[in-house]
Amino acid sequence: MAEVSLDAAHPAAPAAHAPAALHAEGHQHPIKLYLVVWGWLFVLSTCSYLVDYFNLQGHLRWSLIVLFMVLKAGLIVAFFMHMAWERLALAYAILLPPLLLLVFVGIMVFESDYTLLSRIMFFKAGV
Amino acid sequence: MAETVLTNVEKRRILTAGWRGIAADWSSDQRAFKNVSWGKAMMWIFLLSDTFIFGCFLLSYMTARMSTTVPWPNPSEVFALTIAGRQIPLILIAIMTFVLISSSGTMAMAVNFGYRHDRRKTAILMLVTAAFGATFVGMQAFEWTKLIMEGVRPWGNPWGAAQFGSCFFMITGFHGTHVTIGVIFLIIIARKVWRGDFEIERRGFFTSRKGNYEIVEITGLYWHFVDLVWVFIFAFFYLW
Repeated sequence: MAEVSLDAAHPAAPAAHAPAALHAEGHQHPIKLYLVVWGWLFVLSTCSYLVDYFNLQGHLRWSLIVLFMVLKAGLIVAFFMHMAWERLALAYAILLPPLLLLVFVGIMVFESDYTLLSRIMFFKAGV
Repeated sequence: MAETVLTNVEKRRILTAGWRGIAADWSSDQRAFKNVSWGKAMMWIFLLSDTFIFGCFLLSYMTARMSTTVPWPNPSEVFALTIAGRQIPLILIAIMTFVLISSSGTMAMAVNFGYRHDRRKTAILMLVTAAFGATFVGMQAFEWTKLIMEGVRPWGNPWGAAQFGSCFFMITGFHGTHVTIGVIFLIIIARKVWRGDFEIERRGFFTSRKGNYEIVEITGLYWHFVDLVWVFIFAFFYLW
């Protein structure tokens, strides 16, 4: 079993699927690539920290936080976790389902607003 | 044994790219993940399930924070540290973020050196990663101690909404547990790399299967995921 799978991960196939095979054969990306990604992650983290340090508020704060968060997450998944070089069948199977969480977020936003409204209307002291 | 036959067939197939590739892979009546070993595919699927767990934690935090009539404690002040007589907001969390990102960087390089069969560099980089991880957990322990001393409890705190404590302890506690498990895994795999298990194809203690350097990448996937979760916790819990 193990040997078979290993064999599949290193297909001795022609150059037809060169990009995938090249990657599977040894992940020979230059170390520089990782250092550059690392550097960008540092820059983006500093930026998101500065959002708090300079005490930005309101929509500017929230949009900047989400922007830096998405960029950082994208860099980590694409390069550190090698998703950029995987076949789309795997990438879509893993990356699409979490988007369903956004639906869940929507549902819970409605629910929270309703709870908050009831609390304001029926418990004046606020619990 | 059936899989052996399929694999040999697959080897001769020419894999198509793009959208047609997705359809071809999934409808091939064979394994859907063509050039990914079962170990890597299962780690990805586990991470997907873990995404939903952390997603639910962050969602419950969002619901608690949106529905409370009491103001939410300001994380910027709660997690401030006084350094050299100056109050610096959120500084400990910022340092923890940089530590975890650095650990991801060293891990990515360990994977690379693993595939080059550079045992020494792989093992050292994995141990550096583990050291960063342990530092992170240590700082988290410091943070927990500080907050508990200041009176934060799962049922209340001195600054505002009572749910702050329960959200904080559950989310960061679960994340810290993941980091701790990751550190243990890193040390175990680093030892195997150092000993040369994957060069002499030594059989594993538990599975009695021959390993290869892909396990470094699989451990790396888990480790990067821990870093990834922290990105979201940092944004939503500490910065929001």
